[in-house]
Amino acid sequence: MADLPEPLPVQSAAPEAAEASIIGLTLNGVTRVVPLDDPRVTLLDLLRERLGLSGAKKGCDRGQCGACTVLLDGRRVNACLVLAVTLDGAAVETIEGLGGGGALHPLQAAFVEHDALQCGFCTPGQIMSALGLLAEEGNDPDPERIRAGMSGNLCRCGAHPAIVAAIRAVIGAGDRSEMPE
Amino acid sequence: MPPSEAAVAPEAEPLVVRRPLPHDSAPRHVTGAATYIDDIREPAGLVHLAPGYAPIARGRITALDLDAVRSAPGVVDVITAADLPGPNDISPKLIGDDPAITDGPVRFYGQVAFIVVATTRDAARRAAKRARFTTVAEPPVIDVDQASDHVLPDYSFVRGNAQTAIDRAGRRLEGSFRIGGQEHFYLEGQIAMAVPGEAGEMLVYSSTQHPSEVQHVVAHALNLPSSAVTVEIRRMGGGFGGKESQATQWAVLAAIAAWKTGRPAKFRLDRDDDMIMTGKRHDFRCDYSVGIDGEGVLSGVDVVFSARCGHSEDLSLGVVDRTMFHADNSYFYPECRVTARRLRTNTVSNTAFRGFGGPQGMLFAERMMDHIAYTLGRDPLDVRKANFYREGRDRTPFGQQVTDNILAELIGDLETRSDYRARREAIAAFNAGSRILKRGLALTPVKFGISFTLMPLNQAGALVHLYRDGSIHLNHGGTEMGQGLFTKVAMVVAEEFGVSADAVRITATSTDKVPNTSPTAASSGTDLNAMAAVAACGAIKDRLYDFIAEKWKVGRDKVAFREGQVFIGNQSMSLGALANEAYLNRVHLSAAGHYKTPVISWNRDKAEGRPFFYFAYGAACSEVLVDTMTGEMKVERVDVLHDVGKSLNPAIDIGQIEGGFVQGMGWLTTEELVWDKEGRLRTHAPSTYKIPAASDIPENFKVELYESAGNREATIWRSKAVGEPPLMLGISVFCAIVNAIASLRPGIMPALDAPATPEAIMRAVRATTAGEG
Ligand code: FES
Ligand code: FES
Repeated sequence: MADLPEPLPVQSAAPEAAEASIIGLTLNGVTRVVPLDDPRVTLLDLLRERLGLSGAKKGCDRGQCGACTVLLDGRRVNACLVLAVTLDGAAVETIEGLGGGGALHPLQAAFVEHDALQCGFCTPGQIMSALGLLAEEGNDPDPERIRAGMSGNLCRCGAHPAIVAAIRAVIGAGDRSEMPE
Repeated sequence: MPPSEAAVAPEAEPLVVRRPLPHDSAPRHVTGAATYIDDIREPAGLVHLAPGYAPIARGRITALDLDAVRSAPGVVDVITAADLPGPNDISPKLIGDDPAITDGPVRFYGQVAFIVVATTRDAARRAAKRARFTTVAEPPVIDVDQASDHVLPDYSFVRGNAQTAIDRAGRRLEGSFRIGGQEHFYLEGQIAMAVPGEAGEMLVYSSTQHPSEVQHVVAHALNLPSSAVTVEIRRMGGGFGGKESQATQWAVLAAIAAWKTGRPAKFRLDRDDDMIMTGKRHDFRCDYSVGIDGEGVLSGVDVVFSARCGHSEDLSLGVVDRTMFHADNSYFYPECRVTARRLRTNTVSNTAFRGFGGPQGMLFAERMMDHIAYTLGRDPLDVRKANFYREGRDRTPFGQQVTDNILAELIGDLETRSDYRARREAIAAFNAGSRILKRGLALTPVKFGISFTLMPLNQAGALVHLYRDGSIHLNHGGTEMGQGLFTKVAMVVAEEFGVSADAVRITATSTDKVPNTSPTAASSGTDLNAMAAVAACGAIKDRLYDFIAEKWKVGRDKVAFREGQVFIGNQSMSLGALANEAYLNRVHLSAAGHYKTPVISWNRDKAEGRPFFYFAYGAACSEVLVDTMTGEMKVERVDVLHDVGKSLNPAIDIGQIEGGFVQGMGWLTTEELVWDKEGRLRTHAPSTYKIPAASDIPENFKVELYESAGNREATIWRSKAVGEPPLMLGISVFCAIVNAIASLRPGIMPALDAPATPEAIMRAVRATTAGEG
C-alpha cells in the first residue's frame, strides 16, 4: 500500500477539553502511533483529517448512512461513531488497504464490473460493509440476506440492485442476467 | 459548427459508443481515490464555517448578541448581513428575494442569521450555539391551505372550455389529493471551499450543478467582475436538482469568509442543517374535475395545482410550469384548463428535484386514470390505453403536437413481457380469498419532454485539445454527479478521434475553460454537452483534413480515424504522429465547440410553441402486497421497459433507470416530510426521513431497454436523455397500492395521498371500506 503521510500537526480549538494521549493501532496492516489532543475525535475524523485517508466518507456524521464504514478488528463499524481514543491496540482496515500491488480486491473488481456505483460517494462504505458482511455470513448467497445485511449503507443513487449483484458475484452464486451484452 | 454526420447518422458503425463501458471514475471510486471537495488536501490556514439561525419561522430578529460567539475558542470571525461587501442576494435570477444572511426579517425556520468562521469545523459549530437572539415571532404560514400570498402569479394552459366540456360529458368526476415533497438526500451534502488569489481573484470549489450561476452570484456578492471568479467541480456525491440553485448560498458565504479573512474557507453543511436549510421537491394539493364518456374517454379536464413554494421564488417558475407540461402525461385532453398556483409559505424555498415538477403533474394524470377506472369498474390499463395520444388526438395542452406515438407499442410490449393479464386474474383470485392481505398491480406510462423550457439554457460549450503525443484533453460545461455524463461525452470524443475511451482525459468542470454554461439539469447534460464536444472535435479534424490534403494530397473521404491510427489513403500513422506533424506545420490543435438545440421555441405569455425537442418514453409494471390491517406494503415485482433511443452506454442507462425508479418509489412511499405548526422540520435526519434501502428493492426487478430505431430527432448518436424520466416509473408502485386498496370495495376510488406511508394507506383503507372515495 501507498506510504501514509505523517499525522498532521494537531490543532486544538478547545484547549480546555484537551487531554493529550497517544494511541497505537494497526491501520491497514501498518502499526501507527498517533498523538491525540482531543478525546472527542472520532475514528472518521482521525482518518480523514489527521491521517490523510479520505476514502471513508462523511455522509451524516451520526451513524445513519454507512458512508464511513470501516472494519474494526474485522467487524464493520460506522467510523463516525467510534471515538479514536478507544482504539489503542485495535486493528482498523479502510478502503485504502484493500487490494494490493495495484490489483483490485475481488469485491472492488465486482463493483466496477457490475456498475455498482453512480456518484460513488457511498461506494467505499458499501465495499467495506460487504467485506464485513461476507465475513459474518460466510458464503451465504441468499440475496435476501445480502439485501438485509447491506441496508445500513444508504445509496441515494439507487445502485442497490447492482451492489447486491456485485456481492453475489463474489460469493460466486449469481450474476446480473439482465445486463446487456 | 454543425455536428459531424456520423454522430447523428443512425446507420454509422461506432467502435466506442453504444458499449456498456463502466463509469470513468469507477476504479477510483472502489479504491476511495476519487476526490470530492471535502477530500481535497486542505490548504494551509484554512478556516471553517458554520451557520447560525433564529429559533422562529416567521417574524423579526430585534437583537442579536454575538459576544459569546466571538469569544469562543478557535473563532476567527463572525459574519452578519452588515458585513457583506456587495448585494445580499443569492436568488438565481438576482431578484433580491433571497438574502445570503438575513438582516432582520425571518421567513423560515433555519434562515441563516450569521456565520461563524473558526479554525476548525467543530469550533465553528460549537461557537454558533452561543448566540443570543431576541425575536418577535409571528404565526407562520406552513401549509398551502393557509397560504394566500403568491411567489408568482397564477398561470394556466387553456384549450376550449373545460367546464362546458365536463358538463356536457356523460359523467363527471371530482377529486382532491395531496402530493408530498422530497428531500434530495444527496449522500455528499452541500459543500464549498473558496481560495482567495491575487488582485481580488477568487477560486471556488463548489459541489454545484450550475458552476456558472455560482460564479455569477459570487462575483455579484463580492462586487467583482465574473472574470475574477473561477468555479470548479470535478464531481458531486449526488445532486438530483438539490445543487442546481441551492449550492450557491454556501459557495457565496465561503467566498465572503475568504474575502474577509484573506484565508481559504470551507463550508460544509452538517446533515441536519442541510436538511433544514435547503429546499426540496415542491409538494402540492391537487384539485380536479373531469368529464368522461361511458368507456372512460376524457372530454374535458380541469385541474388546479397548488404548490408550496416556500419563502422565495427560487426555481418555482420553471418547476411548476413543468408540473403543468406533464399534467397530461400520455393522455389527450380534448378541452382543458391546467392551472398552477405558486404559494408563498414560511418554509424553506422549494427547488429543483429530478423531474423538476414533472413527476407531480404526471402523478395527477395517473391518479385521474385510476379514478375513472375504479368508478367505471374497468381495468386501469384499458382506460389508460383508451386515452393515449394517437394520430388526430395528438395536441398537448400547451399546443405541441405529439408525433412519435411509440407508447402504444411500448406498453403492449411490456404488457406481454410482464404477463399483465394473467397476473391480473391471479391477483383477483388471490384477493378474493385473502381478507387482510391484498395484492395490487399497475402498469403506468411515462412521457417526458426533453429540453429546458427556459429557451436560453438549451446551449452548451466544450473545449478539446489535441496534444503533440496524440493525447486528448476534454472539458465541457456539464457537471458529473454520478449520472455518467463525463463517461458518455468522453466516449463520443473517443469515437470522433478513433481512440479508446480511456485515451480521452476527462477534466473538472471549470468556468475558466468553458464559460456561460447552463445547469446540468433537465436530463439534457449529454444531449447538449456531447454535441458541443463533437463540434469541437469537428473543428480540429477539419484543420487536420486540410493539412493532410495539403501535405499528402489525400481528400478527407480517404481519411479515417480508427483504433488510435489515422488512415490516410493507403498509409497510416498514429494520431500522435499526425498531431506532431500538424503542430510542426503550425496547425491549431485546440477548439471550443458550441451547440444549441434546434427547432424548439416557447412563448410563455401566449403559451404556444414547441418547447420540447422530443419526448422520452417508458413504462413500468409493479406488483405490491398490502396489509390492510397495518398499512405495511411490500413491492414484490417490477418490470420496466424504457426508451433511451439508441443507447450511448447501456450499462450507464440501466443504472439510471434502476436508480430513477428507486428514487421515485421512495418519493411516493416512505419519504415523508413533516413540518410542525411552528414551522420546524421534524424529519431532518436519516433516522426520521426514510429513503429506500437495499432491503426495500424488490428482488424481482427487471429493467430492459426498449428496442428503438433511434431518436427521430438528430440527437447525439440518436440517443435519448435518461436522467429524469425513469423517476416517474415509480408512479406504478403508487398506482399498484391504490389497486390493492380498491379491491376492498368495487366502485370506490381509494383516497390515497402521496406518500403512501402505512398511515396514509390505513386512512385510504378505512375510507374505502366505508364507501368514501
Ligand atoms: S457518516 Fe458515519 S454513518 Fe453516516
Ligand atoms: S452511488 Fe451515489 S450514493 Fe451510492
